Amino acid sequence: MSMDQALQTFIVESRELLQAMEDGLYNIEREADREENVNAIFRAAHTIKGSAGLFGLDDIVAFTHVAESVLDKVRAGKLEIDGSLVTLFLACGDHIATMIDALDAGTGELSAGANEAGNKLVQQLSVYLDGHADTAKSQSAGLPQISEARVETLDSNTVESDNWHISLRFNRDVLRNGMDPLSFLRYMATLGKIVSISTLCDNLPAAAEMDPESCYLGYEINFHSAADKVTIAGIFEFVQDDALIRILPPKSHISEYVRLIHDLPEEDMRIGQILEKCGTLTSCELEQIINMQSSVVEANGNKTPIGEILVSEGIVSPQVVDAALEKQKHVKEIKARESQVVKVDAERLDYLINLVGELVIAGASATLLSRRGGDAELQEATSNVSRLVEEIRDGALQLRMVQIGETFKRFNRVVRDVSRELGKDIELSIGGGETELDKTVVDKIGDPLMHLVRNSMDHGIEPVEKRLASGKPAKGMVKLNAYHESGSIVIEVSDDGAGMNKERILRKAIEKGIVDANQTLSDGEIYKLIFAPGFSTAEQVTNISGRGVGMDVVRRNIEALRGTIELNSKEGKGSITRIRLPLTLAIIDGFLMGVGSASYVVPLDMVVECMELTATEREESHGRNFINLRGAALPFVRLREQFRETGKAGRRENIVVVQYGNQKAGFVVDQLLGEFQTVIKPLGSIFKHLKGVSGSTILGSGEVALILDVPSLIQQAVSNEANEVVR
Amino acid sequence: MDKTNASKLCPQGEMTIYKAAELKSSLLSALDQCRTVEIDLSQISEMDTAGLQLLILAKREAQAKNIDLNIVGHSPAVIDVMDLCNMTAYFGDQVVISSGTN
Repeated sequence: MSMDQALQTFIVESRELLQAMEDGLYNIEREADREENVNAIFRAAHTIKGSAGLFGLDDIVAFTHVAESVLDKVRAGKLEIDGSLVTLFLACGDHIATMIDALDAGTGELSAGANEAGNKLVQQLSVYLDGHADTAKSQSAGLPQISEARVETLDSNTVESDNWHISLRFNRDVLRNGMDPLSFLRYMATLGKIVSISTLCDNLPAAAEMDPESCYLGYEINFHSAADKVTIAGIFEFVQDDALIRILPPKSHISEYVRLIHDLPEEDMRIGQILEKCGTLTSCELEQIINMQSSVVEANGNKTPIGEILVSEGIVSPQVVDAALEKQKHVKEIKARESQVVKVDAERLDYLINLVGELVIAGASATLLSRRGGDAELQEATSNVSRLVEEIRDGALQLRMVQIGETFKRFNRVVRDVSRELGKDIELSIGGGETELDKTVVDKIGDPLMHLVRNSMDHGIEPVEKRLASGKPAKGMVKLNAYHESGSIVIEVSDDGAGMNKERILRKAIEKGIVDANQTLSDGEIYKLIFAPGFSTAEQVTNISGRGVGMDVVRRNIEALRGTIELNSKEGKGSITRIRLPLTLAIIDGFLMGVGSASYVVPLDMVVECMELTATEREESHGRNFINLRGAALPFVRLREQFRETGKAGRRENIVVVQYGNQKAGFVVDQLLGEFQTVIKPLGSIFKHLKGVSGSTILGSGEVALILDVPSLIQQAVSNEANEVVR
Repeated sequence: MDKTNASKLCPQGEMTIYKAAELKSSLLSALDQCRTVEIDLSQISEMDTAGLQLLILAKREAQAKNIDLNIVGHSPAVIDVMDLCNMTAYFGDQVVISSGTN
C-alpha cells in the first residue's frame, strides 16, 4: 500500500469516526447511556489524533488533542457535559472534517477563515481546561496558537523518557508477503539507537497449530533518534498493511500510553506486563509488584489484581490502569466486530456487477441455444447454470445494498442546527433505518431529503405559541421512515405541523400561471403543483428554504433515479411526502412480452396478473381503453399503438396488469414470453425525452428489448381515460 | 531410537521461511523422542523471523516437557538476530563469540 492509499484510508476512516462522534453527541443530548457515549466520542477523537500523527498531520493532531483533553475531563467526571458543550464539540467535529476535506482535496491547506474558526474553537475549549485546572497548569491563559496550546496542556503529564516508543505487531502473512520484520529493525538501527527491545511471543500458538510460515511476533521498542516522526513512520511504510504500528514521540503525554494500551492486540497478557512493555513502569518496579502479589496469593488464596496494587502503591495513575482493564474487556468484542466487515473498493464492486450483467446475457443466450438444439441433458445443464447465475446476480447486487439508516442519521444534525436557528423545538424520529437499497441510490437521495426535511421544519412545523394554541405539544416532530413495497423502496418525510392549505396552493398556482383559473383539480393534483418549477408558497423567504427552487429540483432528482414523489397533507395535522424508488439500478427480474416482432420488458415485481383479452371484453370496452376487471375499471394501453408496431398481430391478445403505488393499469400485448433476467442498459442521451421507455436490455438471441417505464405509462393510461370522460 | 538418549540437530544453511516447515517438523520430532536436545547453529548462514520463531517455539516446548534444550555454536547470523531482538537471554544458552566473527 502506498502512502497515498494509506492516506485515503485515513480520510475515509476519519469521516466514519467523526460520524460516530456526532452520533455519540446526539445520544448524550437524549441522555441515553451517557458514560458509554462519552467513551465512544473520546475513542473517536483519540483514534483520529493517533492516525493523523502517523501521517505527520500536525494541525489535525494539535487541534484534536485540545478537544480530546476536554473530553478526557468529561470522561473523568471533572466536567459536566451540557448543551453548550455538545454544540462546541459538534463545531469541533466540523472543523476536523474541514481539515480532512482539505486533505482530501490534496492541499491540506485551510482557508484563512477556517483557520480563524479553528483558533476560536481552541480558545473556547481551553476555557474548559483552564476553569478546572487542578494541577499546576495556570499558565495557559491566552492561547494565540494551536501548537502552543498543545505544548501547554501537555507538560504536566508527560513521561520521563527521552526516547520514542514504538509498538509493532505483525500480521500472520507478513513473512509470506516477502517481508522480514527483522529488516525493519535493522533499518531502524541506522536512524538511531534501539535502546531496548522486547520481543513478544505471546501469540505463538501451540506447536501443533503453529504455522512456521506465519509471523506471530511483536516488538516493543524503546528508540532513541533525532529523526522526525515522518521519517520514523516512513520506516514502516511498506509494512503498514501487514502490521499494527504505534509510534509515540519522546515525552509523550501519559494519555498516549493509555491509548497505546487500548490499541495493542494482546488479549490475555497481564496488565503489569503491558505497562512494563509500554515503558510506563520499569521492570524493577514491576518485579516488586509481582513479588508482592504472589505473597498475597499465598496468604489468602485469592489474587489481588496487579492493577489495584499498582494504584495503591502510587506507581501508576488510575487512568492508565482503567484503560488497560477496559481494553482487556473490549478486546474480544472488537475482534468479533472486525471480522464481520470487509471494505471493498466501490469500483471493483461495479466491475463485478457489470461482469455479472454480461454473464446473465451470455447465460440467456446459452439457454436459448440449448432449447433450440433439443438436447435434454444440455438443457438440464444450462438450466442449472442459469439458476446459479441468478443466485450470483442476487448475491452481487446484495453487496451493493446498504442500509438507509446511516443517511437518516445525518439528519439528526440538520434538525438540531436548523431548529436552533428557527427557534423551534423539533425532534427527529427515525424509522425503518434497516431498510436496504442500492448504494448509488443512497448517495443521491441525500440532497432531496435535505430539502424536504428543511421544508418540513421551516414551513411545516409552526412556532411554539401557535402549536400550543392549536392544542399540539410544544415539541414539533419530523419523521423519516423507509420501507419496501412491491419492488420499490418508499421513503417518507412527514411532520406534525400546520399542513398545506389547498386553496392557497391553487391560488398561487393560478397567480403564477401554472394552471388555468377554471381548471378542476383533484386534491392529489393540487399537491402535485408544489413540485412545479418556480412554485413556492412561503410568504417570507428565509435562508432555510422558500427560495422557490426547492421542490421541482427535488422532483427532478428523484425522477433521475427512476423514482416518483408524491405529497399528502391534512390542514392542521401535518404533511407527508413519499418518495418511491426502484430497489436497484442494475439488474432486475423482468417479465418479457412480445408485440408484433418486438419484445418489451416490465419489472416482474410490478406485474400483478396476466390474462387473455377476450373478444367479449374487447367489445364491451366499446373502443375505449378500459375493461371491467372484477367490477373495477382498469385502464389499459395498447403497446401496439403506443409504439406504432406494424408487425403481424397474433391470434389473440393478452393483457398484463401492472401496479405502481396504488394505481393499476393493463398493457395489451400479443404474446406473454415469461420471466427474464434483465440487465438494464441505459438508453443514450438522444432518447432522454422519450416517454414510456426507461431503458433497454439484450435478449439471449442478441436482440434488443425495451424496458417499459411503468409509472409514466400508467399515468398516461389513467389521464387519457380521465380526459375521455371529461369530453 | 532410545528414548532416554540425547539427540543433536545440526541444521545447515538457511534458517528462513523457505525451510521453516521442514525445520519445524525435525525440531518437534526431536523434542518428542529425546530427553536432551542440542541444536548446533554453527552451520546457519542466514536467519529470519521465521527461523527465530521456530527457536522460540522449540524453547517453549522444551520447557513445557521438561527437556533440556541447548543451543550451541551460534553462527554470526544467529547472534546478529538474537542481539537485534534482545532474545539471547531468553534462550539462556552460552554464546561463544569466536574471534573473526563480525
